Amino acid sequence: MGQKTLAETIKEITSDHLEQHNGLLLGESISAVGWVNNTVPNVKGIVELPMTDVAGAGIAVGAALVGRRPIFVIRFQDFLILNGSPLIFFAAKTKELHGKSAPVFVRAIASDGLGPVHSGVLHSIFMHFPGFRVCSPMTPNEYREIWETYMKNDDPMICSEHRLSYPNTQELSDITVENAHVTLYAISCTRFEAAKAVESLKIDGIRCNLVNILWLKPFDITDRLIQPLKESKLGLVIDPGHEIAGAARSIAYELNFAAECSVKALGLEDRTKCLCPPYKNMAPNAEIICKTVKEMLKKGE
Amino acid sequence: MRSKDFGVIPGLSKKYPKETSLELFRRMCAIRYFEQGVIESVQAKYIDYLVYLSSGQEAIAAAMSVALQGFMIFAQHRCHGTYLAFGGTPAKLRDELLGMDTGTSRGRAGSNCVQCHENEVAMFGHHGLIGENVPLGVGAALGSNKPVVCFFGDGAAEEDYVFAAMGFAVTHRLPVIFVCEDNNLSILTKVDIRRSWSITHVARALGMPAVDITDDPWTILETAGQFKNTLPAFINIYTCRANWHAGVGVDGPPEWDRLSMVREELEKMGLSSQSEKIEKDIIAEMEKLWDKKHLQKL
Repeated sequence: MGQKTLAETIKEITSDHLEQHNGLLLGESISAVGWVNNTVPNVKGIVELPMTDVAGAGIAVGAALVGRRPIFVIRFQDFLILNGSPLIFFAAKTKELHGKSAPVFVRAIASDGLGPVHSGVLHSIFMHFPGFRVCSPMTPNEYREIWETYMKNDDPMICSEHRLSYPNTQELSDITVENAHVTLYAISCTRFEAAKAVESLKIDGIRCNLVNILWLKPFDITDRLIQPLKESKLGLVIDPGHEIAGAARSIAYELNFAAECSVKALGLEDRTKCLCPPYKNMAPNAEIICKTVKEMLKKGE
Repeated sequence: MRSKDFGVIPGLSKKYPKETSLELFRRMCAIRYFEQGVIESVQAKYIDYLVYLSSGQEAIAAAMSVALQGFMIFAQHRCHGTYLAFGGTPAKLRDELLGMDTGTSRGRAGSNCVQCHENEVAMFGHHGLIGENVPLGVGAALGSNKPVVCFFGDGAAEEDYVFAAMGFAVTHRLPVIFVCEDNNLSILTKVDIRRSWSITHVARALGMPAVDITDDPWTILETAGQFKNTLPAFINIYTCRANWHAGVGVDGPPEWDRLSMVREELEKMGLSSQSEKIEKDIIAEMEKLWDKKHLQKL
């Protein structure tokens, strides 16, 4: 038997939560078309919500208030614009206001290439508001780590998943090399592309560190994160969300000041993600990452 | 349709023990005179932000708190009355309004999001998005299978997520009673300007028992007593806000003053000496609670 995929890992964690820990899972059309990319088990504790996004999120938060530790599944992160108000205005505020927490685990699933309102990555919006933990696990062990963190704490958590990661069985390690020209910081699905970019740039004689970012908030500047940047003196943060006022720029800003090094952000261009090529405005791929790195190095010469 | 007598069951006050009637009056007085202290404290700048007063609408909280013991409470923003009637400690609400650590939410929440988790009361705070408490209450009922009461105003009744949550409660047969405190005003815009439909009709169409009544406390008590056995259910209650939407000002006399009407009814029932004593004692308690010399020390 081979290693478990991320999808199988999520399914296993969910099954244990619902069957052994009195948990709940709520979402729209959960049982339809592959049980959310085969990440949801067919067990008791699943609540099919009607297509009422705002009310559905409120119902999940209400279940969190009475201790059910609900998993709230959002098939496309864009819908967080609708689902967001009970999460932002109630779940994230109740602990600070009242000392009563509403720990809801939001499985916010991102995609790419599915058009204007099914391809978004919106985790940066939730980094903006106080009260959330925000993470983006791409590997089985990372998912186990963030789930354990959720269960040990009482904060609502935005888990920014990406469909591209579900078949993944591999853990993604940081890459550090001597005399690196640049340190790449990659988030969500761009981590897979950044790893390809590192190999491609190596062929061109450009040495890259690659640091994987799991936790978006709280964002702790650890030695693991900062040391490669201090050595390379140049950094690039890559995120599949929009670049302006997004996660990449926010983290680049923090790294910039922490290391006193130049750190650039790379995210989506400031235009809508359309369904048809060539207007898809896809997440930064290896080619775009390589191009950006080369431009940065050229500029720094 | 909307009137001070709408849906009132004649002679109902005599059906209940006099202790019940006097308790309803006591709870109404507690709200009215607590808020008299709030009004004076705002005018004297001890409280220097907008408050949301329950005065004029006291009968709903008073009657529901008698009828719905043991229910989890998801109150609306106008919640002082709910807190006090269901058993919250007045001094803690005062301290909350004053922004003190000894307040209901350690002084962080203020007037419009009051919670209570003591005295066997489970009341969750509202954060200010009207109607947000309705899906939250429905979710709490789903998660716990315990009975829940959701209070909201006629404005919140227009939020799409409110009737979506009501529909979910019907689908899952959840033990929730939805109570619309219909003061006919969204800030100052009346219901008939805002919509042509009735939330009571919507509730019936969703498949739950639903009724319009006025805020006569005995009628509320009777209706809630019947409906709590057939949950989910919806009650729309016509009532009158005495003060501004936010703040302590007034826009003229209310359509009716239920506290005065209840006082008169108790007099007709031969309970005037008892009701006078209740009112006098409450006034003294609240004057002490809001004593300016004491406030200066806080």
